[in-house]
Amino acid sequence: MEFLSYLISGISLGSVYAIIALGYTMVYGIAKMLNFAHGDVIMVGGYISFCATTYLGLPAVVSILLAMAVCTVLGIVIEGLAYKPLRAAPSLAVLITAIGVSYLLQNSALLIWGAAAKSYTPIISGTLQLFGGKLSIQYISILTVIVCLVIMAGLTLFTSKSKMGKAMRACSEDKGAAQLMGINVNQTISVTFAIGSALAAVAGVLLCSYSPSLMPTTGSMPGIKAFTAAVFGGIGSIPGAFLGGILLGVIEALAKAYISMQLANAIVFAVLIVVLLVKPTGLLGKKVMEKV
Amino acid sequence: MELLKVDNINVYYGSIHAIKDVSFTVNEGEVVTLIGANGAGKSTILNTVSGLLRSKTGTVDFLGQSINHVPPHKIVAMGMAHCPEGRRVFLQMSVRDNLEMGAYTQPNSGVDEDIEKIYKLFPRLKERYKQVAGTLSGGEQQMLAMGRAMMSHPKLLMLDEPSMGLAPLLVEQIFDIIRELHAQGTTILLVEQNASMALEVADRAYVLETGRVTMSGTGKEVAESPAVKAAYLGG
Ligand SMILES: Nc1ncnc2c1ncn2[C@@H]1O[C@H](COP(=O)(O)OP(=O)(O)O)[C@@H](O)[C@H]1O
Ligand SMILES: [Mg+2]
Repeated sequence: MEFLSYLISGISLGSVYAIIALGYTMVYGIAKMLNFAHGDVIMVGGYISFCATTYLGLPAVVSILLAMAVCTVLGIVIEGLAYKPLRAAPSLAVLITAIGVSYLLQNSALLIWGAAAKSYTPIISGTLQLFGGKLSIQYISILTVIVCLVIMAGLTLFTSKSKMGKAMRACSEDKGAAQLMGINVNQTISVTFAIGSALAAVAGVLLCSYSPSLMPTTGSMPGIKAFTAAVFGGIGSIPGAFLGGILLGVIEALAKAYISMQLANAIVFAVLIVVLLVKPTGLLGKKVMEKV
Repeated sequence: MELLKVDNINVYYGSIHAIKDVSFTVNEGEVVTLIGANGAGKSTILNTVSGLLRSKTGTVDFLGQSINHVPPHKIVAMGMAHCPEGRRVFLQMSVRDNLEMGAYTQPNSGVDEDIEKIYKLFPRLKERYKQVAGTLSGGEQQMLAMGRAMMSHPKLLMLDEPSMGLAPLLVEQIFDIIRELHAQGTTILLVEQNASMALEVADRAYVLETGRVTMSGTGKEVAESPAVKAAYLGG
């Protein structure tokens, strides 16, 4: 029963990682860049939602929608101002820019909201008692897993069925050929950032509902973990991000419970290294097939 | 009517001057071919026409309108399809999805019907519509690339070495399709290293050598010129 409760908390933590990792992986897939600022968009989403409920007295659902809207715009602006001018630049230049954007967001948050932690009110509270109270599951855990599954299903449908989603896949494979189909590649990249950032806002709200202290650096560690999850699952692959996120959450939760609280993160990264040694493209990463 | 008018273009890769003062035209309903050895600049010209590369001088006019500053995706929407060298099909997408991408600029309503037309032209694609393009043979990928280009109802179809790397029987098939498309009224700009086949189907031809047009005329005239015979048609 104890194991089950650790497993469940791992899966729900992993669901948050998965939602963030989806943003990383979609952006990587299409723009071939690591958007290091992605984690900080999560933090911005958290603050927006916090302000909406605390200062404006808006209901939680509205605050989530507002956070998504703000982060969507933020994602499009970041891409347009910081990354788009570097489309033809070496990837190192883009990476450094992304790190710069990350610091810019963190320091802007510091300026606006201050360094002191804000205490975030979880969007739902309470626990579900099962087996006569032997197993208790927080409602937020259940909600997180459901939200993650819905997002995952939605994205899978979107990329496999919709015209825009297919265009994204085409762009991620071959931008030149995609242009020759009449696809507006810049616009497609912009839409990808918008989706990834909206997901980051959702992740921010869920994350803050778990650990309700909100700081300008709140997004960093989950951002890095989710990036790890994306690589673990195979960067660029949507099911890979999902699988990687869940596994990472479960490994982390079990390591914390049974091995050591302090070593949990080290164990997570050790597993990543082993997986990459055995399969350099990650669990579900594809090798590009080529035929002459 | 002049569908495409390329006037005095010069294209560079950094300091490499790849295309030098090239001019040519393609009239409605024609098959025009650009022939030349490997590295002569054929693909560079097609990429410049479709907007992937830009010329430092001169103009590219399509349908009587300058497209020097029109982005590639809008040129496609104007009615130009460029089937690039090496096919460049989307290897991880299904045959059907590749064809749908070809119809990206088209209204959704006609896509199913257009795909059926492509399947008639290339029955092999119909058999494999669910397969990802990466699992197709080279010849099938070429058919897919051509079919995909046709999905946009192009007024001008540009084909860059459609016969490259294909077995002789497949080359024949590809050229039969080119003839059929021509008979249906499609205007085609064909780039080939396989000069004899290209000159056979072409109304007019331009010969390209190290970035310059060195000869032009009807397909027959060019085919019969001693210089072309010696250089491209094996004597
Ligand atoms: N991306 C590139 N960078 C630098 N030089 C290039 C590039 N692509 C082509 N070239 C050069 O431009 C010339 C023309 O190439 P290309 O248009 O591909 O010829 P073709 O299609 O006739 O074989 C060649 O000398 C080639 O080396
Ligand atoms: Mg070429």
